[in-house]
Amino acid sequence: MGKTITEKIFAAHLRDTPGAGNVILDIDVVMCHEITTPIAINDLRERGMDRVFNPDRIKAVIDHVTPAKDSKTALQGKIIREWAHRHKIKDFFDIGANGVCHAIFPEKGLIRPGNTVIMGDSHTCTHGAFGAFSAGIGTTDLEVGILKGVCAFRTPETIKIILNGTLPEGVFAKDIILSIIKKLTVKGATDKIMEFSGPVVDKMSMAARMTMCNMAIEAGATCGVCLPDMVTADYLWPFIKDDYASREEAAADFKKWHSDPDADYAGELTFEVSSLTPQVTYGYKPDEVKDIAEMSDTAVDQVYIGSCTNGRIEDLRVAASILKGRKIAAGVRGIVSPATPKTYSMALEEGLIEIFMRAGFCVTNPTCGACLGMSNGVLAEGEVCASTTNRNFNGRMGKGGMVHLMSPLSAAAAAVKGVISDPREFSTTAA
Amino acid sequence: MKEFGGACVLLDRSDINTDEIIPAKYLTENSKLALKPYILEDLKLNSFDPQTSLEGAKVIVTRQNFGCGSSREHAVWVLEVNNINVVIAESFARIFRQNTFNCGMLAIELPKEDIEAIFAIEAEEIKIDLKGQKITALGHGEHSASFELNPFDRELVMAGGWLAYADQKY
Repeated sequence: MGKTITEKIFAAHLRDTPGAGNVILDIDVVMCHEITTPIAINDLRERGMDRVFNPDRIKAVIDHVTPAKDSKTALQGKIIREWAHRHKIKDFFDIGANGVCHAIFPEKGLIRPGNTVIMGDSHTCTHGAFGAFSAGIGTTDLEVGILKGVCAFRTPETIKIILNGTLPEGVFAKDIILSIIKKLTVKGATDKIMEFSGPVVDKMSMAARMTMCNMAIEAGATCGVCLPDMVTADYLWPFIKDDYASREEAAADFKKWHSDPDADYAGELTFEVSSLTPQVTYGYKPDEVKDIAEMSDTAVDQVYIGSCTNGRIEDLRVAASILKGRKIAAGVRGIVSPATPKTYSMALEEGLIEIFMRAGFCVTNPTCGACLGMSNGVLAEGEVCASTTNRNFNGRMGKGGMVHLMSPLSAAAAAVKGVISDPREFSTTAA
Repeated sequence: MKEFGGACVLLDRSDINTDEIIPAKYLTENSKLALKPYILEDLKLNSFDPQTSLEGAKVIVTRQNFGCGSSREHAVWVLEVNNINVVIAESFARIFRQNTFNCGMLAIELPKEDIEAIFAIEAEEIKIDLKGQKITALGHGEHSASFELNPFDRELVMAGGWLAYADQKY
């Protein structure tokens, strides 16, 4: 029997098998942010266990609330900052160099094919885009990860998701993943890996793959994963050029992780994307998804473009293609948060920031901010936001607020029209 | 090991998420105890009132996919500091379930029929026999059901959580 990519990664990292169906894995990368890590740090200190298993394999960032908004968030920053310095964690990204964790860590080349990655953040599944096993975990798992470099998982089962066809203009990875979650429901992939494959994935950029893997958790999945290939090698090239003679050689080496043709899957789903239209969520669960045409004319108070799902340069370019030369509707508040400093400076150089500002958007520093209602764009009771983020739970962006998840193009269209609308009505130059 | 069982509260909905259990705005707290007043603050459910409905409760009984969404262990801690060490459901979200066992607490999965029966008798108390892997719900009548813990999860509960277990073994 052949193995899936995840089974191969598990086999290569197996530390222990404590009972049937459970495995303890060695972890390559333990990532930390200032919301879920400080309690772990305090707890380890109280137990007299203030150690790290390997400072080079621990990465840290302050991203959820930055700059600090009050004394409590300032203290969270202080705790993780002092800890990172104390343990000589060199990949620590603090204010001025910080960005949304699931955007900045890949951008720095810190996740490689075949890696095992954990973080106290549910959207850690994003990094499966690189052909890694990458899972969100809680603070206790994080403590053990920091201390011992291991983490417990159940033996993985994989759902193979095959994407066929050609993505139509105006339709993006975000629309695909929303339609997949609609089909699977919020619990359809619990305890499972979502393995994305097929010609549509082969052609996708790393940004698009990250958008898809990012939302695997919204179907309950442990991780999303794509098979690492030439696109992966191109993205990682600046970081791996000393390890391989050429990009082709890197891509060929990555193939060792690819799922075998006779691998065993818990399920298989095939999607034809050629007829897919822009998608949007309508309720408080990410599986409550409709064609955007069915939601048109829903008025919005705020439009938010950013987050680990859709705050990358590719997303900003797409949104700007509609906003160029246009103004956002009266009464609508537009907020854009480039996900990393590099994204921000690229957007500046490409003139995108000017397009956003002329359109009437507020441009914030890189941060998770509004996505989880912690800062930089919290909604008031009864307000509605068209958002490129990943979660529409009741109260997510502020108590009593309603969040409609959509692609950056659809969010830009909502900003201009003041109501949710099919972005394909705009003539754009979007790729 | 913690104590398990006692008065229960029934939450008649599937997919109760971590943001409903503990909203993100409270994630700036640096102690578990500080979370105590905010338990299930954003849960909108019929006559449920987080201020009064949880009085004395030691066990939550609910439907499918409890704890979906965020990885925040705060969703487990807020139960723990309110003396709720057990959640019984048809199914759990993976991270929430793991966090529960990692804290030495119980996430018990029961078949739909047993959950239906517990709701039908409007259970007010759940007795838990961890060794015999059996629960007994008392309300308008009585309903007993067997459950099966994953052996590793069971070891975590016996050890008092994952940190104690891992520190000994790895």
